[in-house]
Amino acid sequence: MSKDAILSAIRRGLKRGPLPADQRAMLDGRLATHPRHLIPARSRVPRPEQVALFVRNVEKEFGSVARVAEAKDVPGAVADYLAAQNLAPRFVLAPHPDLAALPWSDRPMLEFEARRAQATDLVSVQHGYAAIAETGTLMLPSDPARPTTLNILAETEIVVLRASRIAGAYEEAWDLLRAERQDATTGGFMPRNVMLVTGPSRSADIEQTLELGAHGPRRLHIVLVDDDPAALPAS
Amino acid sequence: MVQITSPAFKQNVARALADAGLQKALGKAKGAFLQRRAEAVARLPEFEQLRNIGRDIKNHTLANLDFYLETFAANVERAGGTVHWCSTAEDARAAVLEICRKAGARTVTKGKSMISEEIGVNDHLEKHGITPVETDLGEYIIQLRKEHPSHIIAPAFHLNREDWEADFRRMHTDLPADRVFNERRDILTEARTRLRDRFLAADVGITGANFLIAETGSSVIVTNEGNGDLTQTLPRVHIALASIEKVVPTLEDATSLLRLLARSATGQDFSVYTTFSTGARRPGDLDGPEEYHVVLLDNGRSNMIGSEFQEMLRCIRCAACMNHCPVYGVTGGHAYGWVYPGPMGAVLTPSLIGVDKAGHLPNASTFCGKCESVCPVKIPLPNTMRHWREREFERHLTPAAMRRGLGLWAWFAKRPGMYRMATRAAIGTLSLLARGKGAFRSLPLAGGWTKGRDLPAPEPGGTFMARYAKMQRGG
Ligand code: SF4
Repeated sequence: MSKDAILSAIRRGLKRGPLPADQRAMLDGRLATHPRHLIPARSRVPRPEQVALFVRNVEKEFGSVARVAEAKDVPGAVADYLAAQNLAPRFVLAPHPDLAALPWSDRPMLEFEARRAQATDLVSVQHGYAAIAETGTLMLPSDPARPTTLNILAETEIVVLRASRIAGAYEEAWDLLRAERQDATTGGFMPRNVMLVTGPSRSADIEQTLELGAHGPRRLHIVLVDDDPAALPAS
Repeated sequence: MVQITSPAFKQNVARALADAGLQKALGKAKGAFLQRRAEAVARLPEFEQLRNIGRDIKNHTLANLDFYLETFAANVERAGGTVHWCSTAEDARAAVLEICRKAGARTVTKGKSMISEEIGVNDHLEKHGITPVETDLGEYIIQLRKEHPSHIIAPAFHLNREDWEADFRRMHTDLPADRVFNERRDILTEARTRLRDRFLAADVGITGANFLIAETGSSVIVTNEGNGDLTQTLPRVHIALASIEKVVPTLEDATSLLRLLARSATGQDFSVYTTFSTGARRPGDLDGPEEYHVVLLDNGRSNMIGSEFQEMLRCIRCAACMNHCPVYGVTGGHAYGWVYPGPMGAVLTPSLIGVDKAGHLPNASTFCGKCESVCPVKIPLPNTMRHWREREFERHLTPAAMRRGLGLWAWFAKRPGMYRMATRAAIGTLSLLARGKGAFRSLPLAGGWTKGRDLPAPEPGGTFMARYAKMQRGG
């Protein structure tokens, strides 16, 4: 059997047999406590600066951000963005209760369907689970309310994100998943798919020169809802 | 299947040096990577500390590799996936074919994977009537050209824009022949449009894996284009190809290595898509594959454990070593004659295909030390190449002339003090000879040894060791 052959070749190289129980227990302990290593200082700043760092990094990576004061402002921000980009006011919406609850009827021009994305969808509106200020990265886990196809099939992806969900470092975002998700079928916290997305898709395969708009979205726009009083910019 | 031409390394190099198109492409591409990496590193003051952490995480994992692989496999299965343990390339090809057959697959889309090149999946599938479609832009043109990647993260490193345009005109014959490619972006758009239908039609999607995570049973891909995500999300079956050393214990361990990977590779702070796949579609999910398989490949790696080549298994395939290598910079990747080029290839290839076939590669080094100085997991590449040279020497596989040169070199190398003195003495002579040209084609005293190698001219500031020591002192 390949499995046994591989494991015994490894053990031969390590000059030992299978690990003794006490050492296994130690390694199990390391997995259970999953210790953090060095976290760069750049994201260890007060909340308003963390959110500002996130916005700066998104823009550095060719994404865009519109900040709105309340969730009820989201439909207007979506409509304005699509109009500014000369895009038809039509999109596929993540079937998430928070998004369904938004006052879309304030903007009757907007047409949408709540479902997974199809190849013909030009614009998607996704529910942002969390984000990482360190590099301007969105954390987009899959679940019935957040289909993965919304992140990859449309030419333009709009992500609705609450400021309270912006973490400093990746490690903090992992801990959100660990604390909030429990999958009955697997017994674990990991969703089937977790995408960390930093800017719109691109390729540098032609003469190592960066071009935006490869196979994924050409545009990535974030509507940031300022739901976190502690994270508001100092006025 | 990649035909092995490593034994003809010298002839390959001669051909590469005479290839004007290749030299043009290499000249253009080289600078971009170096500058972007340097800038990204400068933006992160903790980068050097992170290199030590990356090295330690990998060392810890390798010292307990059996444990972490078993844990990984158990967690994949808990999440509804299947792990296929494969000792050899042949086992892995068979496993992939079997999965595709069971799925009734006619076409298979593919994300970028060096393991796929290593085991020759495409030819194998084609031979059995299944069409593989490469979807990474670079891999796509390589497949059109029936070539192999010349670089581990930029497969089309050896091509110029004119080549892209000519190949697209030649292959996409249904489009108007006189269409104009005004910008690189037009080439990109044509590929995007072409591949859309392929993504939608595929029955199976095959990706590689940059990391495997024992804690969660996840495979991780890191891409910029989004093709990998389309490949693993849309078809009914997802196969991740991964070699055994890709495993790390936890998400935190992977995260620390991810902080090093994109910066070292493309000079980005983070790649556009870093995606973690764990098992198959869950109840209620509206998309995602119904089957998730990990084909776990050994192919000679377990034999490196406990040997002087174990450290090579820390490699995270960032390509910084080849981007900074003066030899790669003039020969390109194809000269190395197999899947993995540059300094990492010079160490890995003899381990995987045998020193009898790849014995020349560890000699394709000027021992300038740049590769080691940029390697994010601090693999002592020049030293490890030296081990191969010694082995090759012991086996008397080396031509007599090289043996003499190496004999002298090994004598010095085993006496670091003497070696440093001698190189310092030689540096003066070399600088004179190069006269600011930056590279040599031949050297007195070392005639036979430097023929077929391009030696970098010493930079101002003395030997690498001297400069490194100075840097360490904060000079
Ligand atoms: S050897 Fe080091 S520098 Fe080269 S590809 Fe591997 S990790 Fe990167």
